[in-house]
Amino acid sequence: MSRPLRLVVFAAGAGGTAALFLLAVLDMPPFGSRFHPYRNHSVPAALAHATANVVSSVNFDQRGMDTLAEESILFASVVVVATLLRKTDDEEWRKERRGRVLDSTLLMGWILLPYTLLLGFDVVAHGHLTPGGGFQGGVVLGTGIHLLYVAGRYDMLRRVRPIRPFEWGEAIGTGAFACLGVAGVLATGAFLANVVPHGTFGTLLSAGTVPILNGAVGVEVASGVVVLVSAFLDQAIGLETAPAGGGKGGRAGNGRDAEGGGNR
Amino acid sequence: MSIYAYVVAGWLLVMGSLGIVRSRNLVHAVVCLGIAQSATYVLLLGVGYQRGAKPPVYGSAPAHPSLHVMDPVVQAMTLTDIVVSATVTALLLALAIQIRKRRGTIDPDELTAIEG
Amino acid sequence: MTVVIAVMLALVAVVGTVIVFTDDPGRQAVTLSLFGLCLGVLFLALGAPDVSLSQITVGAAVVPLIVLLTIRKTRSMR
Repeated sequence: MSRPLRLVVFAAGAGGTAALFLLAVLDMPPFGSRFHPYRNHSVPAALAHATANVVSSVNFDQRGMDTLAEESILFASVVVVATLLRKTDDEEWRKERRGRVLDSTLLMGWILLPYTLLLGFDVVAHGHLTPGGGFQGGVVLGTGIHLLYVAGRYDMLRRVRPIRPFEWGEAIGTGAFACLGVAGVLATGAFLANVVPHGTFGTLLSAGTVPILNGAVGVEVASGVVVLVSAFLDQAIGLETAPAGGGKGGRAGNGRDAEGGGNR
Repeated sequence: MSIYAYVVAGWLLVMGSLGIVRSRNLVHAVVCLGIAQSATYVLLLGVGYQRGAKPPVYGSAPAHPSLHVMDPVVQAMTLTDIVVSATVTALLLALAIQIRKRRGTIDPDELTAIEG
Repeated sequence: MTVVIAVMLALVAVVGTVIVFTDDPGRQAVTLSLFGLCLGVLFLALGAPDVSLSQITVGAAVVPLIVLLTIRKTRSMR
């Protein structure tokens, strides 16, 4: 399809979508109204399970099944990225070039590293009490480890950050979530039922399974982010195509899939 | 103000899609997809907003808890989707890198023929 | 608070449009980070601190970083 024709087709589709969207929106409760039927049910349910952060209660208690599905998407994506970006036979590790890094940048990286890791743990651990939880804390943790890269030492990062344990962490986090779900089935007959004693409202030991599931997701997301970012870092900075690789376009051999399989 | 937030969501969706349609670079297309996707976040949180209400996080044990908080259900959906969509974006970008390696270009207009 | 929401909504719409019409993905990555930050502030104003935290860590840091690395990779290949 030519570009002008494509834009015409798009204009027709976008116009239709916009018209229908506007019709739908005009019939919705206005922005900022007091009509929130879902909230009216989910807030009492969260308070009944001693969960101060209602959003965490929805994610890990009331709609835990949904979160398990989301988690599986995350898991699958990370596995596929790691597979797509693995080192192939016609790539080799680039010779280390020791670039110069400003001392202040280096210092910042080292100061921020422990602070960020601590913050990440804190966000995961208090996910049922304050805004935060496994998803956000996991991202903070996974990103925090890569501050070592900001501190300018890609070679060091590659050494202190073995990928294997994080790949395991990814799988263990997902598996732990599913196991807790099965535990719910065994104890009460409902998948992901909140089987742990709910504890006292507003304390660290409250909300039953919510903080445990938060931890499982935290492990998974943190590991996932580390695997993802390091796969892209390796591609962008660490790996280069071997000189014998040939020119562009045509060198994509048909048998590359089979060749690249066994070297991780 | 009553439908302003929803219109912004619709605008982001249309603009993001337009960016994908006229894109000449797969990375550009993936970024535009991210813009289109953020429309759903704005729409969901707009639906869950109540004027003058508090965030759905309770500080201490409320004796008579006020129900007037923002809708936590749409917030929970948005929050998981943001993190999961980031990994899907990464997946698409990894595919773009693979296409660049195998076909030598990431201009969608040059990637017409299917190659075995 | 309503004013903050109105302003942030407008800002999100404008920055989003600018990103779509920025044809160079390298410059897009920087604006994308700004877009993620704007969304984060908007979500905070909409009373969703959980979502805001998620958006700021992912949208302003992780995704732009991955986009930048992808651009660097696709440009470095001959």
